[in-house]
Amino acid sequence: MTADILLRPVHEIAAAVQAHRLSARMVTEAAIARTEAANARLGAFTDLTLARARAEADAVDTAVRQGAEPPLAGVPYGTKNLFDIAGVVTRAGSKINRDNPPARADATLVRRMKDAGAILLGGLNMGEYAYDFTGENVHDGASLNPHDPTRMSGGSSGGSGTAVVSGMVAAALCSDTNGSIRVPASFCGLFGLKPTLGRLSRAGAFPFCASLDHLGPLARSARDLALLFDVLQGDDPADPMQVRRPLIAAVAAIDEGVSGLRIAVADGYFRRNGMPEASAAVDKVAAALGATRSVTVPEAARARAAAYVITTAEAAALHLDRLRTRAADFDPDVRDRLLSGAMVPAAWVIRAQRFRAWFRDAMRRVFADVDILLAPATPFHALPSGTKTVTLDGVAMPARPNIGIFTQPISFIGLPVVAVPVWLDGASLPVGVQVIAPAWREDLALRVAYHLERAGVAAAPVARQLEAA
Amino acid sequence: MTAPFDAGAHAEHMAKVMELTVLPEWQVTVVQHLAATAAAAELVLSFPLDDHVEPAPVFEP
Repeated sequence: MTADILLRPVHEIAAAVQAHRLSARMVTEAAIARTEAANARLGAFTDLTLARARAEADAVDTAVRQGAEPPLAGVPYGTKNLFDIAGVVTRAGSKINRDNPPARADATLVRRMKDAGAILLGGLNMGEYAYDFTGENVHDGASLNPHDPTRMSGGSSGGSGTAVVSGMVAAALCSDTNGSIRVPASFCGLFGLKPTLGRLSRAGAFPFCASLDHLGPLARSARDLALLFDVLQGDDPADPMQVRRPLIAAVAAIDEGVSGLRIAVADGYFRRNGMPEASAAVDKVAAALGATRSVTVPEAARARAAAYVITTAEAAALHLDRLRTRAADFDPDVRDRLLSGAMVPAAWVIRAQRFRAWFRDAMRRVFADVDILLAPATPFHALPSGTKTVTLDGVAMPARPNIGIFTQPISFIGLPVVAVPVWLDGASLPVGVQVIAPAWREDLALRVAYHLERAGVAAAPVARQLEAA
Repeated sequence: MTAPFDAGAHAEHMAKVMELTVLPEWQVTVVQHLAATAAAAELVLSFPLDDHVEPAPVFEP
């Protein structure tokens, strides 16, 4: 059955289309049918681009008939709705941006996906302006967790997590400033790649916090992340923050295994602040990798605090005019954080930026002795929707800003991470582990993630209740 | 910071400076967020840094 292909990963879909076993149009129609059946219930897509999807599919089929083998031939995907899609208003999870004209061109990464033969089904739900870890949105409704729809999908790329783990699409393009790829990867049970800061072009994606914004993919296999990463890389003069580095051939290296890699578990801060499932998932991954070493990330709590300060101040500065003129049109949970961010003294922010340089140097010393660092992605399984407070290390705190306590110190200095989904024995929900590599070594994190996937330690199945949808 | 940070007074002052309207029903949450940011900033500010540690961003003219 064509619909069964939607349960398969990106690389298998592309192989089936390249080999003429299925047409891109057949895959696309199946993905559209699945999306139309489940989207209203789960809140994944906010903007469907079905005419575009069908046109892209027909173009891929024509190219394949003429002998082309696009690497993502016929692969259905969506984008977090902060990516520009030509002809669609880039809402970035907000009500306010809906007054903007439609985007005139695709974001750079959307263009790269199209050039590789992928099929865009539309824009995906997200926390307003990406200032979110829950996947909840007052304007568009919450994106729900397909493994348990009473729980959060995780944010801010919540609709992306929902769409990929429900099998509507095989992959999604997302952003991650403080954890917005890795949190939904953990809550929904997906593989997520947050590349090195400056690696992928951000041109045509609505910003959140320029110092910390990254873009990357969510998918259901580590090999898929490598395939997508190979497609998405490349210089783009339109992104002034992109760092020119040699490209990585991620797929070519993914099967090199883990022997010889020095792998350690992050202790201290990363062990103290989570629920038991967070540490248990790390232990399971460490055991599978034969990793017995622990290392302490120096000043992790300060790193997280500094990222917190920079984020609120930069994001508030970005939205200052909107806060002055249209404060009542924001999601209240986001508005009040941004209003407070607009009041932050400059010296706090500059000190946090200076600390960032210190922390980068300290982590370079850690990685002189280690190739891969393991840490939890979230402190717990997906929270029930609407959760307002959590208790961590004996301290009650607001849930929304603190879901990302383990992701935030790492993205603070732009290190590449693959979040891998782990299912503990008897658990009904997944939880993620961060596989963290030195800067510019996404290949190492992807190799480890692929090894864990092949060993059966990490897995990202389509949500069971939706398998037969 | 030696004196305790008065988030309420700071918010009231800065709302005027920054020309922001904070409706009464928003005020408690805004002040709570500001206090949380102040606590985070205190953690950063209390860490000694050498004068030669510069912010990392590179601006290419």
